Amino acid sequence: MVQAPDLLVQTVWEGLVSGVLYALIALGFVLIFKASGVFNFAQGIMVVFAGLTLVGLHELGVPAFLAVILTLGVMFALAVTIERVVLRPLVNQPDIILFMATFGITYFLIGFGESLFGGNPKQMITDELYLPRGSVDLKILGGFVSLQKIDIAAAVIASLMIAALAVFFQYTRIGRALRAVADSHKAALSVGISLNQIWVIVWFTAGIVALITGIMWGARSDVSFALEIVALKALPVLILGGFTSIPGAIVGGLIIGIGEKLGEFYWGPLIGGGIESWLAYFIALGFLLFRPQGLFGDKIIERI
Amino acid sequence: MLYREAGQYKSSYASDMAVFPLKEDRIGIAVILGVALVAIPFLGSDFFIASVMIPFLIFSLAAIGLNILTGYTGLISLGTAAFMGVGAYSCYKLTTLFPDVNIIVLILVSGLFSAGVGVLFGLPSLRIKGFYLAVATLAAQFFLQWAFVRVPWLFNYNASGAIEVPQRTLFDIPLTGAAATPETRYFVCLGLVVVLTWFASNIVHGKLGRSWMAVRDMDIAAELMGIKLLNAKLAAFAVSSYFCGVAGAMMIFLWYGGGEAADVFSIRLSFNILFMVIIGGLGSLIGSFFGAAFLSILPTALKFGLPALGIPIQGAAAEHVTFMLVGGLIITFLIVEPHGLARLWQIGKQKLRTWPFPY
Repeated sequence: MVQAPDLLVQTVWEGLVSGVLYALIALGFVLIFKASGVFNFAQGIMVVFAGLTLVGLHELGVPAFLAVILTLGVMFALAVTIERVVLRPLVNQPDIILFMATFGITYFLIGFGESLFGGNPKQMITDELYLPRGSVDLKILGGFVSLQKIDIAAAVIASLMIAALAVFFQYTRIGRALRAVADSHKAALSVGISLNQIWVIVWFTAGIVALITGIMWGARSDVSFALEIVALKALPVLILGGFTSIPGAIVGGLIIGIGEKLGEFYWGPLIGGGIESWLAYFIALGFLLFRPQGLFGDKIIERI
Repeated sequence: MLYREAGQYKSSYASDMAVFPLKEDRIGIAVILGVALVAIPFLGSDFFIASVMIPFLIFSLAAIGLNILTGYTGLISLGTAAFMGVGAYSCYKLTTLFPDVNIIVLILVSGLFSAGVGVLFGLPSLRIKGFYLAVATLAAQFFLQWAFVRVPWLFNYNASGAIEVPQRTLFDIPLTGAAATPETRYFVCLGLVVVLTWFASNIVHGKLGRSWMAVRDMDIAAELMGIKLLNAKLAAFAVSSYFCGVAGAMMIFLWYGGGEAADVFSIRLSFNILFMVIIGGLGSLIGSFFGAAFLSILPTALKFGLPALGIPIQGAAAEHVTFMLVGGLIITFLIVEPHGLARLWQIGKQKLRTWPFPY
């Protein structure tokens, strides 16, 4: 295990970075689940859609930062549309129906996104957004560890965003309202919180998270619909961390990211490689058997 | 006005429990079977039989399988395609190990392997449920799909890395392989689907089916009533995976023919079958047929139907429109008619029975 300590450090770093990115997608899920109890399967495609919109607008000649603002506008419009068209008529339906409705949103966005922007992978506009490129080489343990600057930036931006979200949830008026809605729809309604407004806000927040995730993922690999499959990786992260916990999403993301990279590094070659595609699910599954509500999740008490 | 139930009295429990209590319904099903058995093979073109009817029958069977799990027992599964894949690959292994055994027998047996794998992945369902279980079935999806590509034993170390469908015959008529005509393959599919549907109908109307529905409606209450949750859930996984496995084996041996086996059983297919169940109607066998018909014919209809109507549409654009339409339809159905096409069919039948007096 200590034959190549620099490779080990490199692997752990790679795992850490992909963990942060999984955590970002998981964060979008958690936000929506926390505030409305909807398991939003469409978060992955929202990431792709946000990234594609940004790049697509830039290709049309819109300056980069204006494109970011316009994309935020698009995500807001999406949040309003989803609230109007999908959530409002389905209020009070069982969770499972809402879950299936987000499949509908997913498929609609795939078709819509592809017909607007085409199905080809696109290059993220890294330079225009002043995101750093290149890598830093550290000379440690008798070898090289190469850290991509964009990965460091992703980690920093992710931490900033998580801090901002924590402050938003804990200290602002809207944040309090969101927590109230999460506790009980009916109680929140009865003290004068507008459920519809809250839903738009929370889906929009998830849209912002999706855009940032899209930029970061896009900068590492291209923006394409293949990301949709990567986004499914956020599901084991959620299970590990618990559906309702923001710290859970982060910790879960890091565990899954590092775990699957180490697993691929040490055991992958023994059984044919490519085990990254399912190892995360098995880590989560093994974990579920001991703690069904996840690391930080709330224990659900059911009434018959 | 078309038909009434007046005068059709039931004098035994057996007739009260019958799946088709009305004589007209029984005539109707006989007519449908007659059409499927006689009219379609003789009047339909090869293209129609090979790329509309065969996929429709196979998807129906897979949708019935998923419906047993999701619609009747309330356990969401996103791993349907993987269980279908297990059926296909075990059928391939069986037919190379026992070349003399009839392929229809092997297709039916290969479902058992799928059932076993289904039970294995269903084991966590006692501890975890709901969305958590959906993610657990995704583990099956990704693991099995990986195994189909990376475990060479499964495809007999073929250089192509895929299943090669051998020719197998019954009374010297080729059933599988390149020499089999669409009509023979269609007849085999039809026979298997009809028999298995009858089988499924008996299960879901019997004791096991009722215990599944109790588990779906409220699992804790079902447990208090003396239903053993683990047994009921594992039985649901086993039966569901059996149907999916047979559908998967049929898919490769009677429809695709091998080459693309590893790519076919992707998560896309799992989703498509879930959509068939949702649009067709959760917890309804006939709904599985409606859903499969709707979703397997929709892309073909868009690709070939719209140009025929004079609306030019590119292949890629048709695909995008299909995606948007499917997504939109799922949302529409969930809002307007959560019980899917099957419920619409039921309403239609009820209206016909009471027409012209609505009450």
